[in-house]
Amino acid sequence: MRKSFKQWVGVGTTVVMAATVATGCGNTASETPQPSAQAGTSATANAKPYAGKTISLVTANHPWAEAIKPLLPDFEKETGIKVNVESFFEDQLTQKLTVQFTSGSATPDVFMYRPLQEGKLFYKNGWVQPLDDFAQKAKDYDFSDFTKSAIGSTTVDAKLAGIPIITEQEILYYRKDLLQKAGIAVPKTLDELTAAVKKLHDPKNEMYGFVARGQRSPLVTQVSSFLYSEGADFTTGDKASINTPEALKAFTTYGTLLKDYAPPGVLNMSWPQAFAIFAQGKVAFLTDANSLYQNATDPTKSKISDQVGFAVFPGGKAGSKPYSITSWGLAMNAKSANKEATWAFIQWATSKDVVLKTQQKGNPGARISVWDKAEGTTGFPAELVPVIKESAKTGVDHDRPTVISVGEARDAVGEIVQKIMTGETNLQPVADKANQALQTIIDKDKSR
Amino acid sequence: MQYSWFNRNLKWIYTLPAVIFVMLMMLFPIIYTVRISFYEWSMSATTPPAWVGLSNYIALLKDERFWHAAGSTFYFTFAALTLEVILGIAIALLLSREFRGKNLVKTVFLLPMVATPVAMGLVWMLIYEPTIGVANMMLKSLGLQPLLWLASPNQVIPSLVIVDVWEWTPMIALIIMAGLATLPSDPYEAADVDGASTWRKFVSITLPLLRPTIIVAAMLRLIDVLKTFDIIYATTQGGPNFASETLNLYGYVLGFQYFKLGMASSLLVIFFALVMGLTLFMIWMRKRLEGASS
Repeated sequence: MRKSFKQWVGVGTTVVMAATVATGCGNTASETPQPSAQAGTSATANAKPYAGKTISLVTANHPWAEAIKPLLPDFEKETGIKVNVESFFEDQLTQKLTVQFTSGSATPDVFMYRPLQEGKLFYKNGWVQPLDDFAQKAKDYDFSDFTKSAIGSTTVDAKLAGIPIITEQEILYYRKDLLQKAGIAVPKTLDELTAAVKKLHDPKNEMYGFVARGQRSPLVTQVSSFLYSEGADFTTGDKASINTPEALKAFTTYGTLLKDYAPPGVLNMSWPQAFAIFAQGKVAFLTDANSLYQNATDPTKSKISDQVGFAVFPGGKAGSKPYSITSWGLAMNAKSANKEATWAFIQWATSKDVVLKTQQKGNPGARISVWDKAEGTTGFPAELVPVIKESAKTGVDHDRPTVISVGEARDAVGEIVQKIMTGETNLQPVADKANQALQTIIDKDKSR
Repeated sequence: MQYSWFNRNLKWIYTLPAVIFVMLMMLFPIIYTVRISFYEWSMSATTPPAWVGLSNYIALLKDERFWHAAGSTFYFTFAALTLEVILGIAIALLLSREFRGKNLVKTVFLLPMVATPVAMGLVWMLIYEPTIGVANMMLKSLGLQPLLWLASPNQVIPSLVIVDVWEWTPMIALIIMAGLATLPSDPYEAADVDGASTWRKFVSITLPLLRPTIIVAAMLRLIDVLKTFDIIYATTQGGPNFASETLNLYGYVLGFQYFKLGMASSLLVIFFALVMGLTLFMIWMRKRLEGASS
């Protein structure tokens, strides 16, 4: 009964989602599971133990996927494993995976996922295969080469739920020319940042001091570095802690910067809008993920491409503590019929060689050794590289509350900041209410 | 004997496959949604769905966000529908006259309706952008104060209404034009003899005769406006700070972002009942009005 109910739910959700997707741009790629072919002949069996196997890979429409696709023939030639790739838009990817796993599908064998957004949900539901044993046993894999914070992001309940492929840190973007003209040094603390922002803010001439994400849910990840740097966090142990004095100070700094010194309409901005207006040359400072730097430095998108400076996130009471996370990881379907072959693929895709190749195309990986090599950093502006290395060292391994229902938790946190931005001054009750909401989510997680 | 039975029921037999198909495709999701609405279920494999009776409904009715969403839904629907009907009638009257280039004007008016709502939403987002958007550029060139449009909790719904009116008024105009074409000419001739003014003719002849058509057009739009999802999701995703979150959007958030499928279903059941109720009311009103006019 239980099982059949779940299967029906899969069907039901698919129907609903088909309707939802129909409004957007659905991806109509076929979803037929690929039957795995018979193992290869005995002559090659020793060298290529998985020859003739087929595995399916699902990726997001992401530069990493674009970088890995041309490399797949190498892997296929080397191992004899055939890889079928499907790609989806981010949001559709989550929905597709959720529905497919809910109905107990054995495909895809391996998939891209966002560890901090879906990791806990997928893991707690038993949908992803813990990879600890694979990673520890693998020869020449050098698992210890991955940065601690990156592995921290993909770890759930002390188990390795996935392997990091894309990392990012929050950094400070600034306008070199404006700072130089005004004789301001690059801010090292949040107080210095606020002072510099005030000085450069000149709305009459359409010049604004600061911009960052102001939309409720998107802003949560970017306010996180403010939180950590003030010595706060979303949760302490298993208690929600977004109403502490430190947390309120951090929210107030971020919210006030946006309320008083950001371009109009910031309440509705996520990163595309924030970067667009920064690239238009109308803003002095921007804090966001370093992985998005091309939106500011690409001359075809940016009027100020040659004036963009990068700096480590400014420090607060607790020093500079930006998030340093795995934004995308590779995980294995717990129901996969080809676990060994799938691991062979993951191992290859996250090996030093391949990470070097994808990183050269601008995909920041999680391997220290690749960052330490000169040719590993060619995909990034020279000034950005030390900032990335420094941030990865001091960074915190999450950028949002690590719960199962991340979307709900983000809305709870984001509301505090949005209230500050709309002029609410009596913050404690707002924060207490949000804290209570977050606590409810945490408590509910425990009962799952 | 059997042959004549077949003959007599031909109209049922031929439509049966279609009827079965439609019933299945419509009834299954509805019944299924009603069923889930009595369960607490979060798409979790480790905790099975649990029967919770009416508590999803009770939680929803106690939820501020639900009532706020209901308020936004009605605000948006009422404003958009009123404007669309008034403008639709005006455009239809204008286009029902003969003039040069009429077909071209008609085509241009219909263009917004053909465009994909999500793409249109993205375009309008750019238009409304407070610093670099066209909307504020126009206001400034007219010597007016720039607005925040979608980024202001107070202006967001009116801004969305403008998009909806822009996109869907042509549909109302189209239906009413069809209605205008069927109006008899003798009442107008009689009115001309009596020397009635154009306005008088419009109020006393055109409007009463058009009433059934207007109600049909308004009813079709009402159902659609209530359900509006695409343009809101594409432009604001319910923000800033829940200001433009309608019931439909909240349902989506509950289901696919919070994974509270039981609660999302109970919201949809309430919403379904609401749309159904309003539709039945409109049908009843139309019958009454038709009865009164004949």
